[in-house]
Amino acid sequence: MKRIRGIAIVCLAGLLAACGTSGSSDSGSNTASAPGITATTITIGSTQPLTGRAAPGYSEISASSNAYFRHVNDHGGIFGRKITYYYYDDGYNPTNTASLTRKLILEDKVFALFSALGTPTHQAVVDYINSQKVPDLFVSSGCNCWNDVSNHPYTFGWQPDYTIEGKVLGQYIQQNLGGKKVGYFFQNDEFGLDGVKGLDAQLGASSVPDASRQNYVPTNTNVGPQIAALQASGAQVVVSFSIPAFTALGLLAAAKIGYHPVWVVSNVGSDVTTLTGLLKSFSKGAAGGQLLAGMVTDTYLPLPGDSSNPWISLFKGIHDKYVSTLPWDGNVLYGMAQAYTFVQAFKAAGRNPTRASFVKALETTKLSGGPGLAPFGFSSSNHLGYLGVQVATIAADGTQTTIGPVYMSSDSGPISQYSGSASSPPANGIP
Amino acid sequence: MVAVHSRFDRLVSPTLSRHLLLALGAAVVLLLLSAQIGAYDNYNLTAVAIFAVAAAGLNLLTGLNGQLSLGHGALMAVGAYSASLVLKDHRQLPVIVVLLVSVLSSGIIGVVFGYAAARLRGPYLAGATLTLAVALPQVAIRYKSIFGGESGLTMPPSAPPAWLGADFPPERWLAWIALAAAVVTMVLLANLLRSAPGRAFKAVRDNETAAALAGIDVARTQVLAFVISAACAGLAGALLAYWSGITAPGGFTLALSLQLITAIVIGGLGSLAGAVWGSLVLVFVPLLTSGMASTLNLPSAVANNLPLAIYGGILVIAMLVAPHGIQGALRRIVAIGRARWGHMPGGGQKGVVDWDDSAPDT
Repeated sequence: MKRIRGIAIVCLAGLLAACGTSGSSDSGSNTASAPGITATTITIGSTQPLTGRAAPGYSEISASSNAYFRHVNDHGGIFGRKITYYYYDDGYNPTNTASLTRKLILEDKVFALFSALGTPTHQAVVDYINSQKVPDLFVSSGCNCWNDVSNHPYTFGWQPDYTIEGKVLGQYIQQNLGGKKVGYFFQNDEFGLDGVKGLDAQLGASSVPDASRQNYVPTNTNVGPQIAALQASGAQVVVSFSIPAFTALGLLAAAKIGYHPVWVVSNVGSDVTTLTGLLKSFSKGAAGGQLLAGMVTDTYLPLPGDSSNPWISLFKGIHDKYVSTLPWDGNVLYGMAQAYTFVQAFKAAGRNPTRASFVKALETTKLSGGPGLAPFGFSSSNHLGYLGVQVATIAADGTQTTIGPVYMSSDSGPISQYSGSASSPPANGIP
Repeated sequence: MVAVHSRFDRLVSPTLSRHLLLALGAAVVLLLLSAQIGAYDNYNLTAVAIFAVAAAGLNLLTGLNGQLSLGHGALMAVGAYSASLVLKDHRQLPVIVVLLVSVLSSGIIGVVFGYAAARLRGPYLAGATLTLAVALPQVAIRYKSIFGGESGLTMPPSAPPAWLGADFPPERWLAWIALAAAVVTMVLLANLLRSAPGRAFKAVRDNETAAALAGIDVARTQVLAFVISAACAGLAGALLAYWSGITAPGGFTLALSLQLITAIVIGGLGSLAGAVWGSLVLVFVPLLTSGMASTLNLPSAVANNLPLAIYGGILVIAMLVAPHGIQGALRRIVAIGRARWGHMPGGGQKGVVDWDDSAPDT
């Protein structure tokens, strides 16, 4: 009892201190201005693949976002409000997503959906969320389907869309691997197809014959035939738009038949720590991280291994304090960076936002990219997140190195070089 | 007076009138319940009704006719895809038409598969139905232009009719549709079980040779059971499509078929009420544990898997405590009560509370 009282006093003190410092620009008192917002709390929710085929790697994201929110809460919260984050396991099954999203909106009465993960899963609920006029923030998927302001005014993307990634990776291949035969290995849904769209826009659709375009579905783990077909087509470079488990399966299938193309793997399927673990477990220890040597990928956040980057040391510190049982990898960084963007957006929306005013603020305020390498694209006509990526390579020991400048693009426009400089994190790491 | 009464008896058999009366009572209670509870509870009530329809159909096949099916999730997919496909081109079709199309299409698949199933026994039958569960979702992925591939087909919601008012919650309307479907299904199945085909189902289950000697066409009986069961699954699948707003292969994996089997085993094999109990478990137990990953301060490798582990644990305990399922346990409690107080419920008239067939003896 005494301890609880002690904690309460500490919390109260923190709350008062927070009010004292942050109240200057946005004075007034906290009100329950919207569902999920009380004078002392903000409740948000998410659906995530905590178990099942998409869980490896991705299951770390929500726990990491929560770690960042706990960091913010321990420093007084946002406008003195503590963030409560509910995340439920949908197992990457759209039917589960549908029912759990209703639980979040109707039962838990969350203010907003945050970081809901997956293209097929989130497509099942995006109409419903918008019909309920609930902000649908920073979907964890690079499908450009989230950027549909007229039909889904409450939905916002976050990571660069897969088409932009495809274009920048395509440009890298033209510049550095010119003259080699290119093949595609991609997930047969919006994720893979959007990536292929970007690649084709850059490389020219006719330069990659049908035999060199192999796809997989996440319900079938046998990718041997597709990899053999790529080998038979003579592809010397394989661009892969795949989730981590299928990147690993593809690499193993290729190694098994002595096929060693240059692998170019889009961001979501290339996390070194996750892949190394998967390669070891799928091959029962026979293979490991050495299969990643020479892989080309891209990033829109600083590299997790870049300890000189102030954002990395900030998030690594939060990781070590709150979720040290998770490996320090790109998924943890992703979850924290997303959570940072949420806090930025909430600060921009003011002390007592409604759901509509929150969305308006996100469209009209020029948010800094935070840890991101490129700025956000949010405006009243555009709900795309980060607009650019930087190419990186993976060495035999697993270290990643970025190459060249950050490139920006849109689905239809040309590729341009981003000239802005990287930002540094604010004190305490709270925007 | 006596003459009038007997004529009425001949028109409506006591079994049918009893079932209709019970159904009417259930409908009134459910309607009142649905009007009292909020949108989210209605949404869950809908899920219970949907699973009850599918589980009742499966219980007819497995519990009463002795045919094990691991493919009922796929038959639900047939119903769901039929509903989504007819609505793709004709968005204004009334719900009842959509549901009937689904019942019909899954029934047809049921005929085809029932003929194959009637030739197979035990593990071979399980294996054959398993292929259905594994293969059918792949068809949707292979023929992407028709079935939408991995992302599936969206299902336009069924808006409440205007006469219910503009503010009528769509969740309550969907609950009414699903509950109506469940009550109608239960009445039809309950009547069937009390009729000649129902008795034939049980006879075939208990001893095929004896049933054949008694003049029952064993194969035909088995096909009939499969078709009726498939039609129930199709109806549930169409309702599930309305409920989730999406028809995608990820929603109809083998796990769904196994869930249905879980429902009838936990609820009580061979009993319609058991299908309802099982559906309640299927819907509400995962909801109780779903929040654990984010609210318990545990390492995420533990927290993420805890809901599944608890769910599994509950199933194990339930099977140890009540091997005949919840309905079996309830019957046992009633029987113990009877023995202790020497009192027969319903004034000693056997059959008044006997809505279902008793569980098969082991």
